[in-house]
Amino acid sequence: MAITRGFTGRRKQAERDPRLPPGQYDVGKSWPVLTAEPTARIDAERWSLTIDGLVANPTTWSLKELKALGQDTYRGDIHCVTTWSKLDTSFTGISLDTLLEVAQPLPEARFVVEESTTRYRTNLPLDDVTGGKAWVVWEHEGKPLTREHGGPVRMLVPHLYFWKSAKWISKITLLDHDEPGFWEINGYHHRGDPWQEQRFDGD
Amino acid sequence: MATDPQRAAVWRDAKVVSVDHHGELGVILRLDVPDRVVHRPGQHYVLRLRAEDGYTASRSYSTVSAPSDDLVELYVEKVPDGEVSGFLAEVVEPGDLLECRGPIGRWFAWDGASPALGIGGGSGVAPLVSMLRHAQDVGRPDLLHLAVSAWTADHLPYREELEAAGALVAYSRQKGGSRLDAAVVGAIADPGATAFVCGSARFTLAMESHLVAAGQPEASIRIERFGPTGEGDGNG
Repeated sequence: MAITRGFTGRRKQAERDPRLPPGQYDVGKSWPVLTAEPTARIDAERWSLTIDGLVANPTTWSLKELKALGQDTYRGDIHCVTTWSKLDTSFTGISLDTLLEVAQPLPEARFVVEESTTRYRTNLPLDDVTGGKAWVVWEHEGKPLTREHGGPVRMLVPHLYFWKSAKWISKITLLDHDEPGFWEINGYHHRGDPWQEQRFDGD
Repeated sequence: MATDPQRAAVWRDAKVVSVDHHGELGVILRLDVPDRVVHRPGQHYVLRLRAEDGYTASRSYSTVSAPSDDLVELYVEKVPDGEVSGFLAEVVEPGDLLECRGPIGRWFAWDGASPALGIGGGSGVAPLVSMLRHAQDVGRPDLLHLAVSAWTADHLPYREELEAAGALVAYSRQKGGSRLDAAVVGAIADPGATAFVCGSARFTLAMESHLVAAGQPEASIRIERFGPTGEGDGNG
């Protein structure tokens, strides 16, 4: 790999914030919007989330019903594959563990597909959304999530690149096999671990 | 044998062939990419800068060149305080090597064979120019309709090329200028075409709303956004 002539960078490698995965930069207070499809307009009163597929108890919740289950807050970092990271931010919603306790995954369930009202899909191993690693969220830093950022409710899987956190989430389906979603079909990595720089096909 | 996507993911040292400036903020880089994977118009490349201590910074840039071009042309807009764009604009010279990988992305990519409507704002015209050059290459300029917008004529990259091709051009902050408003976009909406919309978050949000209001099916709209949400947005 060639050293880029004349490039020193803003920071020395040693001074890099250890919270930034390789190849990422800190966007500070801003929060870029990246979506490949029209921004959904969703009436929060009519919105619902369904968990189905390989579960003993397929369940649909309204936003009110979700909020009645309790409230969890994630505080930490998020990482977009387009190289920005947003550090020390917060989201409020409910842990997917709580919802899966109700839906009861069957033993053969190994993967999930998140689906949005826009029909956007993204796939993950079940292990990546259980054990305190994933939430469905409706607030960002104490305010309702705006529609550009996936409001009224989006997924949050912050240990993976942010395309794995579907905006406008409406359905989570448990499967016994992996089913590539939108970006996974369109040239991006299947899992998307920012610390391994799993950005594109072939990484 | 490696597939094209696998080959595209490999980092390569591209040689800078030319650096041309457009206005105060624009830089046009033409790169000789070894063992180049031919792109589809709309796809992007990632450039990575590497310091001696191993520090790296990378950003994505849309490809402007046609697939048939031997070189890869990228349009870079200098963003305020931009670590990568500032370096590309001020330091890079012909003969330098830049790490790159690509082409990336199979969604915002035109097949060159079906009707397409390209709508771009400011530097968001870059991938549309690649589509235009390709349409001309394959002798099908009739398949592609373009509408582009910038603050003034000086802010529109590739202005002469777009005007010569008959693109609808709107200057929103120029005396006697115009906007891509609901009426203008409504008149060019084409439910039978794929709409490619590229620009800032605010621009693309306005364009998609106009398109949908004019009957463009949501499933036919493909969007490439850059930059943060507009000021005044609750999430900033």
